[in-house]
Amino acid sequence: MSGPDVSWYLIVSAILFSIGTAGVLLRRSPLIVLLSLEIMLNSANLALIAFARLHGGHDGQIFALAVMAVAASEVVVGLGLIVAIARKRLDLDVDRLRVLRG
Amino acid sequence: MGDVLVWAIWFLAAAGCLGSGVAVITFTNPFFSALALIGNLGSLAVLFLLASAEFLAAAQVLVYAGAVMVMFLFVIAYLGDRSAAALAGGPSWISLAAIVAAAALLVEVIVVIGLKAGDGLADEATVERSFGSPEEIGRLFLTDHLLAFEITSIVLLIAAVGGVVLGTRSRAEDEEEGRYA
Repeated sequence: MSGPDVSWYLIVSAILFSIGTAGVLLRRSPLIVLLSLEIMLNSANLALIAFARLHGGHDGQIFALAVMAVAASEVVVGLGLIVAIARKRLDLDVDRLRVLRG
Repeated sequence: MGDVLVWAIWFLAAAGCLGSGVAVITFTNPFFSALALIGNLGSLAVLFLLASAEFLAAAQVLVYAGAVMVMFLFVIAYLGDRSAAALAGGPSWISLAAIVAAAALLVEVIVVIGLKAGDGLADEATVERSFGSPEEIGRLFLTDHLLAFEITSIVLLIAAVGGVVLGTRSRAEDEEEGRYA
């Protein structure tokens, strides 16, 4: 591959994962926490694709597609929970949500 | 000449990726955060393309930047003002600790990659032009990885059912609404 080798992709992936971690830990809005989780999942996808390119096999790419499907499912359930919380007239603040009881 | 162009595009995409990632977690308005995430996913798709994952780049744009983010924007619009949230809760040392934890994670990952795989990362396998094309991925999904494909479909079905269950109003909720309305 002409251009950057795999280590460059891995560094971007690691930085992106840390950004996502910081977002999950710092923000209180469950919506932003979900968005940060998406960043973390995508950085893992980038690492999978970089390693698939390194070894010349497709398994990493297949895994990345499965991760994409899992991420889509997670968004559906997460957004459903957020809408349910909002309908209960509760605060959308992960520091104040202490009970799971519906 | 071609090499320089590839490096330039790579750096543009990587910078866009990291910049919009920081934007996602710093904007106070969730609507702007979601828009920044669309930019993040788009520049990630460019990086996927440069790592010869053509089908994944297309799927990234269609599934993520298209479908998933539209759903996010719908929910943010549904919540309206209530979705806005302060940057961080609690005392400032908690925020500081969160940033230190994320930075420590970054250092750990880079050190481990450098120690364990540093030498092996330079010699890449040579691949054919068809590497990562929809044809190859589709063939593998229906032969070697058929089980993973089927399980993925079940996971998506369960998520769809769960979304409907979470989204429908229960009878108890309706009665409560009627009492207080």
